[in-house]
Parts: sequence; structure tokens; C-alpha cells
Amino acid sequence: MVYDLVIIGAGPAGLAAGLYASRARLNTLIIEKESEGGQIKTTDEVANYPGSIRDASGPTLIERMVEQVDEFGAKRVLDEILEVDFSGKIKVLKGTKEEYKAKAVVIATGAVPRPIGCPGEKELTGRGVSYCATCDAAFFEDLEVYVVGGGDSAVEEAIYLTKFARKVTIIHRRDELRAAKSIQEKAFNNEKIEFMWDSVVTELKGDGILESMVVKNVKTGEEREIFADEDDGTFGVFVFIGFNPATKLFEGIIEMENGYIKTDEDMRTNIPGVFAAGDNRVKSLRQVVTATADGAIAAVQAEKYINDNFED
Amino acid sequence: MIELNKENFEEEVLKAEGYVLVDFWGPTCEPCKALMPHVEAYAEKYGDKIKFTSLDITKARRLAISQKVLGLPVIAIYKDGERIDAVVADEATPASVEELIKKYY
Repeated sequence: MVYDLVIIGAGPAGLAAGLYASRARLNTLIIEKESEGGQIKTTDEVANYPGSIRDASGPTLIERMVEQVDEFGAKRVLDEILEVDFSGKIKVLKGTKEEYKAKAVVIATGAVPRPIGCPGEKELTGRGVSYCATCDAAFFEDLEVYVVGGGDSAVEEAIYLTKFARKVTIIHRRDELRAAKSIQEKAFNNEKIEFMWDSVVTELKGDGILESMVVKNVKTGEEREIFADEDDGTFGVFVFIGFNPATKLFEGIIEMENGYIKTDEDMRTNIPGVFAAGDNRVKSLRQVVTATADGAIAAVQAEKYINDNFED
Repeated sequence: MIELNKENFEEEVLKAEGYVLVDFWGPTCEPCKALMPHVEAYAEKYGDKIKFTSLDITKARRLAISQKVLGLPVIAIYKDGERIDAVVADEATPASVEELIKKYY
């Protein structure tokens, strides 16, 4: 069968696209490879999505979005797309379970946490190095934790981690934070949070679990090794230095810029009938509120595209 | 699936013969909770040759760390009490977990 619209990814962008498409009575399928929600699912507090104040965690917000999408009849499946063929009028997506066909496609694959890219990081992921505070904070109760980064996510997660850790040190490559002022104030007033300015992590070390790391001062060039407290035996490093777009699948197929998909303001890519929405496209602000907006626009434009290009 | 804790971990995993799968999870770990129903389904499918167990790390943090688990989710395979393989954090998807299981089934 040929769907009107297939959406790849069930984060806020994909779910919003699904909502708008199914409300427009498009025969819509949302394909997700892990679980609904995407990155926001691991966020403890979502305070900047308009209307979400009470009980506004990532999971509750997503739960409500999924419920809404289901109510309007969009179909959802769990599958991973391995290959796409956008050359014909009917777009073909090959998954691990099935092959899907659609008149139009919305790519809402989002982004994944960006690694530091230093030696030892990969080996020690899940062994002291983490990209998800809500997942792993509990391990570090009364231990020391370092947070790498200086944006909203880094500082917010550092504050969250103070509920568990004995001490949280923010390692930032500049001498001031980039996070919103209101978040910065909270961090500066938190007694458990310390700062290591002008610094980057250059190596993570440990036999099985994280035991030490090398930190370099970018101004003086001086490097020093920080060891775990002897009684603790380990410590945590939480990395929040941005994201990489999840667009590998579309390399050489869709026009991109630094790995992000290029679209016009109506979410059209360079391929007719293929739209992109959310964190995976070139844009200036990557938030839930812009992701859902992208999704809505993409779905409306997809409907228009289908009406203009397909009869019946 | 057998629920593990500080008391029975040694008996059920470290002293067990054959293959044991341990699903390390925590109540605030959303990826873990999303993965859990899939692991439960695999327990139905592959439970005849592999023993399926789960450990809530918030109830046994030191035990988890002693098993070199410091980040979730971790789906680990033990053979005769030795941890021999695992999928960790982002790598742990329903598909990768099934692949891991099939290697030892």
C-alpha cells in the first residue's frame, strides 16, 4: 500500500506533523526506531514550552502528544529505516521489518548528543561518561560529577545533578556561560555547583570504569589530570555540548549544510515531496517549540503537495 | 523475568550456570522503560535457553557499580557468572538487544 505521508521520527517534530496530517485526513504513518519522544524524553523539566507549566517533564509532554496523535488516527510503527529511494514520484523507505511507500515524506529524525571526541570517551560511555542525566544521575549519589558544556542543557542538567551528587563542577571552554540568564542565576546560587572556566576535557581514563581525566586550560595550554577521590573510586562526566543531526541516511541524496538538511521556510528540501522538520534541519533555534512548529508546517505543505501532484 | 536485588544477585547471576541476561534499569531512565516491554517479549521468546533478569539500580547502586555499570540502559549477558557481552546506553535499541540475545541463543 502507498501511504499519503510517512514521517520518520516520533519526537516533537514528527508527532506534530502526524497530528496535523491525520487531522487533515491524510493516511499517515509515523516510523520510530527506538521509542517515542526523542531527546526531550530524557529531560526532567520542560519549562519553556508554552502552556506546559504543571507536571511538565519530557515524558509527560510526549505522552500527551502521542495520545493526541493516536486520537486522530495516525498509525505508528517501530522500525528502523536503513535505506531510502526518493528518485521516483512514490518515495520508498526500506526498514528492517518492512518496505514503506508514500506520496510524501517528512524527515524528523532529530539529533543525537555530540560527543567530546577525545580518547577514552567511547570505551567509558555507560561506565562514568554519560549524555543523559535523568538516566544516570542515581549512580552518582554522594559522588563527584563534572558537567561539560555551558549552554541551557548543560547548566540545567548540572542543577538536576546536584540533587544526587556531592559536588558538580561545570567545565566550560569559555569564561562565561551561554545558558539563559535565569538558568545561570540558579546555578550561581547553588552551593554544590563549581566552575572550571576556559577548560576542555582532552582524555578520559579508567580500567572498566572512569577513574581520571585530563583537562586542558585553553588560555594557558596547561594540562592537568583529575583523579577520582580514593574512597569513591570513580566519578561522573556528563556531556552536554550540543547535538549532531541524525541525517547520515540522507547523505548524497538531500542537500545539506554541515550535516543539517537544508529547507525553505515551508520545510521543503531540494526533493519535491520530501520535507524536513525539527533539529535535523538548518535553523537558528532548536527547541521543542520550534520542532513542533516545523512539524505542523511540513504536514500542511505535504498535504498541499499531495493535492497538487496526485489525483484521486 | 526474575527481579534481582542485593540479596539474590550472586545466586541468580554470579553463581548461575549457563546464560543469564541482566537488564540494568532505573525508574527515572526513560530509555530503559521504553526498552523494558521489548525485553519482556524476548524473555517469552528466548527464555527457554537464557535466564532473563532485571535489576533496578537505585536499589543496588554499589552492586551495579561493582558490575562496571555506571550508565543506563545496560543489557548484559553473563555466562557461568562472567559478564561476556553487553549493549550500553544509546546502542541499546530493541533491535540491538535481540541481536545480542541471538548471539548466545
